Amino acid sequence: MKELTVISGKGGTGKTTIAAALVSLAENAVIADCDVDAADMHLILQPEIIETIDVSGLKVASIDETLCIKCGICKDACRFDAITNDIRIDIYGCEGCGVCAYACPEGAISMIERKAGDAYNSETRFGPMAHARLGIAEEASGLLVAVVRDNARKLAEKYDRDLIIIDGPPGTGCSVIASIAGVDMVLVVTEPSVSGIHDLERILDVADHFNIPAVVCINKYDINEKNSLIIEEYCKDRGIEVVGKLPYDDTPTKAMIQEMTVIEYSDGEFSNKVKDLWENVREKLT
Amino acid sequence: MKIAIASGKGGTGKTTVAVNFALSIENVQLFDCDVEEPNCHLFLGFNLEKVEDINILTPVVDKTKCDFCGKCSEFCQFNAIAVLPEDVLVFPALCHGCGGCAMVCPKDAIVYENRSIGIIEKSKGGNIEFYRGVLNIGEAMSSPVIKALKKHVDESKTAIFDAPPGTACPVISSVQGADYCILVTESTPFGFHDLLLALDVLRKLEIPFGIIINRCDIGDDRVEKYCDTERIPVLMKIPHDRKIARLYSEGIPFVNRIPEWKVKFVQLLDKIQAQI
Repeated sequence: MKELTVISGKGGTGKTTIAAALVSLAENAVIADCDVDAADMHLILQPEIIETIDVSGLKVASIDETLCIKCGICKDACRFDAITNDIRIDIYGCEGCGVCAYACPEGAISMIERKAGDAYNSETRFGPMAHARLGIAEEASGLLVAVVRDNARKLAEKYDRDLIIIDGPPGTGCSVIASIAGVDMVLVVTEPSVSGIHDLERILDVADHFNIPAVVCINKYDINEKNSLIIEEYCKDRGIEVVGKLPYDDTPTKAMIQEMTVIEYSDGEFSNKVKDLWENVREKLT
Repeated sequence: MKIAIASGKGGTGKTTVAVNFALSIENVQLFDCDVEEPNCHLFLGFNLEKVEDINILTPVVDKTKCDFCGKCSEFCQFNAIAVLPEDVLVFPALCHGCGGCAMVCPKDAIVYENRSIGIIEKSKGGNIEFYRGVLNIGEAMSSPVIKALKKHVDESKTAIFDAPPGTACPVISSVQGADYCILVTESTPFGFHDLLLALDVLRKLEIPFGIIINRCDIGDDRVEKYCDTERIPVLMKIPHDRKIARLYSEGIPFVNRIPEWKVKFVQLLDKIQAQI
């Protein structure tokens, strides 16, 4: 079984549009939406949820006011500034480490369960899908990503699918690392802007750091052809293949409004270029 | 006043708004809180100087004192320390630096050393005071860098926080403590859906907000309709203009080339002040 993650570093370069299109072209894939704090894949694929799984995150400290003597030992012990001057827990700052509960001489602090979000196993018109929704202002997105990936692997086994296509989050931190750890290849979607180039360099460094082979797709390449050339040269120097160049086009927006992948929506230039991209990616994966 | 700029969905124009806003108003500090992929500096052209390293404390086990009892690994909520029959393994990238393992160790076998996870830089010169955080490659936790970055806020100035995309912890760390949050969105199904998620977060954190619709003439009118019904102020609309897109791609702030936008950003500040 192979795993491919679509990432970008910079947000809004077209990860989800491209991942959804690849899913509609792959014949035997499981879909995993690992952008759990701003998941959009379901807007295109309209999954029918088969199973909802409650996912607990890290715990959160809770002070029993009747036992607390306001000695402040917990506040001094907390490395995250999550206890206020009047000895209350800032739940958004609390990382659930349990140090305050251990330090409290009065036994006034307990660590309570905290829900990270919901994970879903679903059916779509292109096959099984694992996805999730992070609870509002919850923090355990990396953990939720790990759950989605685990669910996707189980779905792949159950339905005898040989590829998992993962739609990753933007950035380079926690949830990105959880989305790419151990995958066979990452497809980096970039755009020919100074921001796109800067973020591409960093995300390729992250892939390198974790020894994951990378290929690149330049989206909206014709918005700034000079910058697209810079990207192609840069990738060549790093020994990374540019597997696709997609034109700036209103097809993705129009398809999105119709809740379709670009492949379903149109057989125009954009869709044809995505098909070429898929052929290149598939070849590299096998 | 502290104003955060967030979005939910990535690529809607947070950095564009943050930079052009900062260049249009007086007495301003700009903070690039997207420490995983910071981009503001690309538009400002300032030289940057390092202010500080951001360290977290990571455990080091003295194996001559350790009797491999396993209490540290039992206590650790982050699976960052594992005890084998005759060895202890520390996984620094998973460690949050809470200090719990040393606290519970009965043999005093654990000490801490600083491990750098990122840096803070500031602009040398330039007409605005600019700070940015950069998370090291391969590091997972951006919140400590964002929190350290925001300690440089000067309360006598208008501080603008350019937040990362999404709605998870780096976004919460960025918007927390702000007096106001501008949400930059685009009126597409993805833009709207992620806007709703970001609104949920701001409502929960009780931060007042308004909306900027970028590329307002693509997609449909779902964002404006929603704002109308919910009485959410639409502070500004930026059209989809090939000239603006081109300037963006080259790293040029559009207020420097289309000066009438400067006036609009000054009015934006007035609108925010009137609202709060």
